[in-house]
Amino acid sequence: MRYTEICIIGGGPAGLTAALKAAGLGAEVTLVDRNDYLGGQLIKQTHRFFGSKQQRASERGINIARELSAAVLNNDKIKVLTEATVLGYYEDGVVAVEQHDKFIKIKPQKLIVATGGAEKTLAFPNNDLPGIYGAGAVQTLVNVNGVKPGKKVLMVGAGNIGVIVSYQLIQAGVEVAAIIEAAPTIGAYWVHASKVVRAGVPIYTSHTIKRAWGDQELEGATVVKLDENWQPIAGTEIDFDVDVICLSVGLSPLTELLWQAGCKMAYVPELCGHVPLRNENLETSIPGIYVAGDVGGIEEASAAMMEGALAGLNAAKSLGYHAPDFAEQRAGVLKELEGLRSGPVGEKIRSGLAKVVL
Amino acid sequence: MRIKEHPILKFEHGKKVKFYYNGTELEGYEGETIAAALHAAGIRTMRESIHLHRPRGLFCNIGNCSSCLMVVDGMPNVRVCVEKLREGMRVETQRGKGELK
Ligand SMILES: Cc1cc2nc3c(=O)[nH]c(=O)nc-3n(C[C@H](O)[C@H](O)[C@H](O)COP(=O)(O)OP(=O)(O)OC[C@H]3O[C@@H](n4cnc5c(N)ncnc54)[C@H](O)[C@@H]3O)c2cc1C
Ligand code: FES
Repeated sequence: MRYTEICIIGGGPAGLTAALKAAGLGAEVTLVDRNDYLGGQLIKQTHRFFGSKQQRASERGINIARELSAAVLNNDKIKVLTEATVLGYYEDGVVAVEQHDKFIKIKPQKLIVATGGAEKTLAFPNNDLPGIYGAGAVQTLVNVNGVKPGKKVLMVGAGNIGVIVSYQLIQAGVEVAAIIEAAPTIGAYWVHASKVVRAGVPIYTSHTIKRAWGDQELEGATVVKLDENWQPIAGTEIDFDVDVICLSVGLSPLTELLWQAGCKMAYVPELCGHVPLRNENLETSIPGIYVAGDVGGIEEASAAMMEGALAGLNAAKSLGYHAPDFAEQRAGVLKELEGLRSGPVGEKIRSGLAKVVL
Repeated sequence: MRIKEHPILKFEHGKKVKFYYNGTELEGYEGETIAAALHAAGIRTMRESIHLHRPRGLFCNIGNCSSCLMVVDGMPNVRVCVEKLREGMRVETQRGKGELK
């Protein structure tokens, strides 16, 4: 059995920031991630971020990931376990981990769950053919592995991820035949969308995928127009001869460990699935278990970092650690979060969060 | 296919190694994922679905979904999207649930 003051599950932007803040107050931290690198989703994001200076705006995700990871690895208060998958959480507060075919038990005093999200799929005939991927999967293939998924891509979903990954495919020398979007308007920021349109990629709004075809692998897809009631309009089918379909239809929080721990959960569509209830310190209904980032509701890396900061500060404080500027640090983070979630863009998140208050 | 030119990224690879896909010799780079090496060689089918025996490939590419299970050096149910390539590995299409020997 290994003992630690704070165990953090997940080394994405939320987990890394939580570790730095908690260690900053003096707590001793163990950070666990199943990948052989730290950074989570950020390590494949080559585009520049939006937001304020403190949220690392106009920096590329990969650079933020590198910087945070280096700071964590160089901090001797933080012990990092990579290639280590958390398998379960037990009633006696033990975290079960598999690393290099070995079973490790960790007993923390406080737990911060920052496991992020998983990509959703979409139901249509032949959606299981090889060649049909989550958009994030293709982003990993192209930006991390340096390998093309195929020759010609149909992107399903014109939110930020769909549009950004389309642009990154073009940068990698892969043809994007079209982006389709079931809603009447695109969800992505216009800056990104206009880039792909300028690169010659048509965006079809009010269109969905009717079916894919292919024998052993994907060979093409049929797309159809939708009316105002989201019903397919007969005779409007368009065929695309593509060997790749990317599904960019959202993520859902990876909450298995929270369910297992018995945290009170609620289904909140605005936060993209079942999420834990939490108080203003990001502590769940189980005392000592905190959440931060996409696992508590799909948002963005900027928000994930701020939530990580908040959970890290609060978890360390609850162990008796303190800093003269604690109140200031905490207030600063809360203000950043409020700013990120303000205005019409943050409306969905605000109404979702209102439903999960403990 | 590998990406040769990229405006932002530079891809660094380990040393070249040989491995076997269903008995056929292929080349890849040590330390990259098996899935990446197979994709670079144009192979996108990883296993057969258990009941209908339909071909399956990658879906998440981060070890989350189990769409990419293959038999690696005799061991079934290996997620090749996160398992790293090593010299001489034998990678095979997985049929059924896999048996531990
Ligand atoms: C294509 C794309 C573009 C994006 N663009 C932007 C943008 O421009 N601006 C922005 O702010 N955000 C952006 N985002 C969103 C942002 O990447 C995520 O919101 C952010 O990464 C969430 O951080 P996180 O730390 O909560 O989770 P993640 O980054 O997902 O990290 C979770 C970590 O937990 C690990 N983990 C999960 N389960 C276990 C387990 N059982 N055991 C061990 N480890 C585990 C995972 O391996 C992973 O490393 C984008 C996302 C994508 C996919
Ligand atoms: S593709 Fe999802 S686990 Fe490998």
